[in-house]
Amino acid sequence: MATLVTENRLANPDDFYEALIDTHRDLSAEQSNMVNAKLVLLLANHIGDMEVLKEALRIARKGV
Amino acid sequence: MHSTYSYPKFAYTPSEEQRTGTVKRHPVVVVGAGPVGMTAAIDLAQKGVPVVVLDDDDTVSIGSRAVCYAKRALEVWDRMGSAQKMIDKGVIWKIGKVFHGDSQVYQFDLLPEPDHKIPAFINLQQYYLEEYLITDAKKTERVDLRWKSRVLSVKQQDDHVVLQVETPDGVYALEADWVIACDGAKSSIRKMLDLEFVGEVFQDRFLIADVVMKADFPAERWFWFDPPFHQKQSTLLHMQADNVWRIDFQLGWGADPEEEKKPERVIPRLKAMLGEDTEFELEWVSVYTFQCRRLENFRKGRVFFAGDSAHQVSPFGARGANSGVPDADNLVWKLKLVMDGVAPDSLLDTYSDERVAAAKENLLNSTRSTDFITPKSEVSRTFRDAVLNLAGEQPFARSLVNSGRLSTPTTYVDSRLNTPDGDRFEGKMVPGAPATDAPVEAQGQAGWLMDKLGGGFVALYYAGGDAVPAEVAERLDGLAKGAVPFAWHAVTSRRREALPNELVDVNGRFEERYDATPGTLYLIRPDQHVAGRWRNFDADKLAGALNRAVGL
Ligand SMILES: Cc1cc2nc3c(=O)[nH]c(=O)nc-3n(C[C@H](O)[C@H](O)[C@H](O)COP(=O)(O)OP(=O)(O)OC[C@H]3O[C@@H](n4cnc5c(N)ncnc54)[C@H](O)[C@@H]3O)c2cc1C
Repeated sequence: MATLVTENRLANPDDFYEALIDTHRDLSAEQSNMVNAKLVLLLANHIGDMEVLKEALRIARKGV
Repeated sequence: MHSTYSYPKFAYTPSEEQRTGTVKRHPVVVVGAGPVGMTAAIDLAQKGVPVVVLDDDDTVSIGSRAVCYAKRALEVWDRMGSAQKMIDKGVIWKIGKVFHGDSQVYQFDLLPEPDHKIPAFINLQQYYLEEYLITDAKKTERVDLRWKSRVLSVKQQDDHVVLQVETPDGVYALEADWVIACDGAKSSIRKMLDLEFVGEVFQDRFLIADVVMKADFPAERWFWFDPPFHQKQSTLLHMQADNVWRIDFQLGWGADPEEEKKPERVIPRLKAMLGEDTEFELEWVSVYTFQCRRLENFRKGRVFFAGDSAHQVSPFGARGANSGVPDADNLVWKLKLVMDGVAPDSLLDTYSDERVAAAKENLLNSTRSTDFITPKSEVSRTFRDAVLNLAGEQPFARSLVNSGRLSTPTTYVDSRLNTPDGDRFEGKMVPGAPATDAPVEAQGQAGWLMDKLGGGFVALYYAGGDAVPAEVAERLDGLAKGAVPFAWHAVTSRRREALPNELVDVNGRFEERYDATPGTLYLIRPDQHVAGRWRNFDADKLAGALNRAVGL
C-alpha cells in the first residue's frame, strides 16, 4: 500500500513555491479560494489513492 | 389550477366488527395505504394471508410527490402483476444530463446494458401508482381496505397487538398478530411506541411545480446547477404522464414558502426557464424542505416499520418509495414463513438488519447528494463550484458531480442469511445481491428470468450444453419438497428435450451475468436476492444454505 511521501520530491522547491504564489497573483481571496479548490481536486485525482489522500487530509488539518 | 387527474374517493363502510361491537383477531394489519402499505398488502394477500389495511384518508396521494420509480421497485411490482400498467402509463427513461450554467457537463446512462425486462426508471405521478395498487389489492379479495380509519393507539401484548381505530362512526378496537406500520414520515405509530427518528434536516427549500405543457424536452432527467434562468440555485426537470412536467426549483432557506407558492411568483420563474412563448398551466405547486433520518430498528416486538415511517430521505436520487417497496418485499416472505411455522421468530429480526443496512446506504447517498446540491458552508460551496467548473473539460471531475445518485437496490453483504462463497466467482451476483435479469426461453416461449423466479425460493442449476445429470435432478426434486420448499430450474445453453423446468439461456446473458459454468448452482430467496452459490451441486450445502436463509 502506498503511503504519503513527506520527504522532498521537488527538484527545485523554490521554483514550485514561486509558481504557486504567482498563480494567485491579483486574485481576490474568493478567487484564490476557487483556484485552491480546483488545485486540490486536480491533485487528489492524480494521486488517486484514498489511503494517501486520507493521510494528507489528516496532516493538513493537524494543528489548525 | 389545471388538473389532468381526478382523485378517486374510496367508499368508507363501517367494518362488521365495529357495527357489532366484537373484537376480532387478524393475522396482519397494515397501517397506511401508501405505496409501501399497498405493496405489503398485495404481496401478503397473494401469498394467501388475509390483510386489513387501515388508512385515515379516502383517496390516493394528493399533489406532487414521487415521480421516479426504479427498476427494482418495478420488479417487485411486476412479480405481483402490477408493473405493466405503470410502465404503460409512465414515461420510460434512463439518461440523465447535468448542466452548469448553460452548458452540459455530464451525462449518465442508468441501464447501459441490454436484455432486461424492466426499464431502469419510469416516471409516473404517485397518485396513478397508488390507484393501480389499490385496484390490484381489491382483485386479490383478501385485502380488507378500510378508509377513514385512523389508528389512535397501539398496544403490544405477548402474542398480539391491540389497535384503537377511529372512524366516522366512532372508535373501535381490533387485534392483530402482526402490524406493519406504513404510516409515512410523520408516523404516529412510531410516536405511540416512543421510538426516536434521528437524522438531519437540510436548511433549504424547494419549489415543486407540476406543469401541464406540450414541450419537446426528451424523456430524460435534466438537472441544472446555476442556470441562467435561476441563478445561484439548482433546477430539476422530469417528464411525467399526461404531458405533466415536474420542475423543482431550489429556493434557499430564506425563502418564504407561502409567498413562493403564489402563481404570481411561480409563473415568472417558469417563463424564465421555458421561454415567454411556451404555453403551460400549473397543475400543482408546493414548497418542501428535506430531511434524512431513520429509526434505529425497524422492528419493535410485533410491529414492523416499512417505508417512510422507518426512513426518510431527500428526493434527490428517488430513494423514498424505491426503498420502501423493497422493505415490504423483504418483510413479507419472512413473515409468511414465520406465520406458517417454517421459520423461527428470529428471521423477522433480519428484516430490520437487512433493511437498516439498506436505509444506511440510501441515507448516505441522499445526504451526500444534498450536501452537494445544498452546500452547508462557504468552503463546501467553493469545492462544489470548483467541481462544476472543472467538469466541463476535465473528465475526472464529472464523476464528482452529484445531482442525486439514483436509487439502486442494496446488496445485503453482511446478512447472516447469506451462505458465504466457498468457490470462486466473478461478477455482481454475490450472496445478498438482488438477482439480475436475463432473457430465457421456457418450453419454446420467450420470457425473462425474473418472471421464473417468482416469489418463493428457487434453485437454478446451470447445465451448460448438457442435460442435468439424472442423480442431480433426483436430489433436487427430493430437496425441493422438503420443510422449506423451493422450485428449481435447469438453465441450459441450448434447447434440449424441453423439460418443464428448463430455461434456455438464449443469448448467454445468464452465463455471463451469473458467471455460470456447467454445474453451477444458485439458491435465490423469495425476494429474489442470492442466498448462496456453488460451482458443483452438493445436496448438503444446498440444504444448509436453505436453512440458513430462513434463520434456522
Ligand atoms: C416532492 C417529493 C418527491 C418525491 N419523489 C420521489 C421519487 O421520485 N421516487 C421515490 O421513490 N420517492 C419519492 N418521494 C418519496 C415518496 O413519496 C415516499 O417515499 C412514499 O410516499 C412513501 O410511501 P409510504 O407508503 O411509506 O408512506 P406514505 O405514502 O406517506 O403513506 C402513508 C399513509 O399512511 C396514512 N396514515 C398516516 N397515519 C395514519 C394513521 N394513524 N392511521 C391510519 N393511516 C395513517 C396516510 O394517510 C397515508 O396514506 C418523493 C417525496 C416528495 C415529497
